[in-house]
Amino acid sequence: MKKILEKILKNYYENEGNVISILQDIEENFGYIPEEAINWFSKKLDIPASRFFGTATFYSQFHLKPKGKNILTVCRGTACHVKGSERLINRILMELDIPPEEDTSEDGKFTVERVACIGTCSMAPVVVINGRVLNKVTLDKLFKEIEKLKKRSKYVRG
Amino acid sequence: MSGDNIKIKICMGPGGIAAGGNDVIEAFKGQLTNQRINASFGEQCSLHQVGCRGLCAKDVLVEIIIDGKETIYENINPEKVPRIVKEHILGDNPVKEWIAGEDYDNFKKKQIKVVLSHCGEIDPEDMNAYIEAGGYKAAHKALTSMSPSEIVETVKTSNLRGRGGAGFPTGLKWELGLRIKSDVKYVICNGDEGDPGAFMDRSVMEGDPHSVIEGMIICAKATESHKGYIYVRAEYPLAVKRLQQAIDQCLQKGYLGKNIFDTGFDFDIRIFQGAGAFVCGEATALMRSIEGKRGMPTPKLWRSAEKGLWEKPTVLNNVETFANIPKIILNGGDWFRNLGTERSGGTKVFSLTGNIKNSGLIEVPLGISLREIIYDIGGGIEGGRSLKAVQTGGPSGGCIPAALLDIEVDYESLAKVGSIMGSGGMVVLDETNCMVNTAKFFLEFTQAESCGKCTPCRIGTKRMLEILERITNGNGKEGDIELLEDLGSHIRATSLCGLGMTAPNPVLSTIRYFRDEYEAHIKDRKCPALVCRNLITYSIIEEECTGCGACKRACPVDSIRGVRKKPHKIDPELCVKCGTCFDVCKFKAILKA
Repeated sequence: MKKILEKILKNYYENEGNVISILQDIEENFGYIPEEAINWFSKKLDIPASRFFGTATFYSQFHLKPKGKNILTVCRGTACHVKGSERLINRILMELDIPPEEDTSEDGKFTVERVACIGTCSMAPVVVINGRVLNKVTLDKLFKEIEKLKKRSKYVRG
Repeated sequence: MSGDNIKIKICMGPGGIAAGGNDVIEAFKGQLTNQRINASFGEQCSLHQVGCRGLCAKDVLVEIIIDGKETIYENINPEKVPRIVKEHILGDNPVKEWIAGEDYDNFKKKQIKVVLSHCGEIDPEDMNAYIEAGGYKAAHKALTSMSPSEIVETVKTSNLRGRGGAGFPTGLKWELGLRIKSDVKYVICNGDEGDPGAFMDRSVMEGDPHSVIEGMIICAKATESHKGYIYVRAEYPLAVKRLQQAIDQCLQKGYLGKNIFDTGFDFDIRIFQGAGAFVCGEATALMRSIEGKRGMPTPKLWRSAEKGLWEKPTVLNNVETFANIPKIILNGGDWFRNLGTERSGGTKVFSLTGNIKNSGLIEVPLGISLREIIYDIGGGIEGGRSLKAVQTGGPSGGCIPAALLDIEVDYESLAKVGSIMGSGGMVVLDETNCMVNTAKFFLEFTQAESCGKCTPCRIGTKRMLEILERITNGNGKEGDIELLEDLGSHIRATSLCGLGMTAPNPVLSTIRYFRDEYEAHIKDRKCPALVCRNLITYSIIEEECTGCGACKRACPVDSIRGVRKKPHKIDPELCVKCGTCFDVCKFKAILKA
């Protein structure tokens, strides 16, 4: 971990970075913001950890907990809402057994995120599954994708 | 093969990509290689990815040009590619049934493309294509033969108003930016397109990134600034990539950096990626975010043109505003002014989405009627249902009812009916959409995105949301509507920034035009559009049910009982009203009431 943090620090000095750019680098490398990373930078740069924490919790891009193996991002933009994305979310959470107030399944295999809008409104409703956009989503289409992911993660244990 | 000069253009705008544009490109590559056609740049047959063509509903759109003869295909997928290559490219016999039809022609008819003139025509990653299409002529003209005040005058003449939503005259902003003297000044392009239901700026940044950069160079010259930032949402990774590519190309060619066009003028642009906060679209919050802080708005004691980023004079404009500038410099302020209405010049890009047939990206002259947009360009409502309202301006805007469809689309007319122009989101709602639920949706959004700095927005929107939640849950109380109106007007009057001041708009405008729907929720405990979960029930119509068991298998909570080939029943105690049975039933035997 230290090696990666050193690299981020170097990038910070070279590119006139700031608190946000450091957090973006951490998130990109670890998939979330580990507490140790914040403390490490806080000491190195003499910036209070609370500044990092305050900034990290302000922006929706940053996560303080690790995410699941598969990430389903349901668009909650207006066009998607009008076309029924609210129902999609409720049904996915049920299907994946994700407890209320949480976004990741207990086995760590699935994370369901909401995004304000990804700008693919003409294809609404959309769900992004591990970076790939699924357009004009119906429950049927979605279940098939989830089934595929479930099968795949059965073989890749860990 | 007949022609020597074959061009294949594949739509890779937001819609094109989502519809599988990449696979179509790969399919073309594969087919052309199979047929031993040399499909690389500058060869006999060339393959281009282009930005958004507009009619995303029919994506993937593919244009094939043989010896100047253009053919456009709609709804293309990889399976259709072999036949197109064989019959059209090799046999010179276009595949008639896949050619874009009437919808595509009607869609284009009333549009005028200024900002989007390159989108869908050129490869956004190819700088030469932009230059061949007339790109950087305006920047060259501005830098070599115009003084800053001449540029400002031209922009003032054009009557261009800020396309981010507020509509502040761009020329005036630049004039102030020029007048204020400082050793360091900044130009910022606001690409934090956060409105849900909007993708105008995304399409421009991805489809024609050089036009934004050219606009910024001209602005830098006009305001004597040497440093620029483009603030892009983190949710738009492709826009970041394309803009960065364009900046690098410009640096290499000497269009950015030191001594641009050998005029001694220096200008640099850096991209700053947002981290996912709607409020950062607000100018002061955006600048705090570039400074690395929480994106919280600050009171506007000065205009940004006086004290902005790092307390230095800053001119901040929206993506679309900048993309208009090169055309204005080349064609003159009067030309642009005459495109629009008396009070606002030019065209406006809208993303037309929701329950409309031809959803997509459109550009229309200001002053066009809403009816023309919805029915002539958009082709009307999907599935023969009836139009209920058009939502403009995203979470800061309002809903315009079908009865007001003949209003002109410009800043003033939209404000008069309780909505706003906004950045250009236009979401069409039909009879299946509940207006109370729509208002709640927007408030959920603004409530979550409220930065928390000022009390009216932080707590006021929370209380409004709670009231809306109880109304949609069937627990609304007498007087709730009045309470919403009262709270809304206070939040509007006392919030610090635009987000809070406009947050009540969706609620207030839906109460204004659809009060009866609110009343039905509160008094009759009914949702007329059959959307609000707690106010509807699902049951099975015995006569229609074939007993196929599809609903029983699909039900997530096992609330459906019955034996095969006999009518089934839903247990209302167990039913969670997810609507899955309604979707899976092929015999229309599920009744939603």
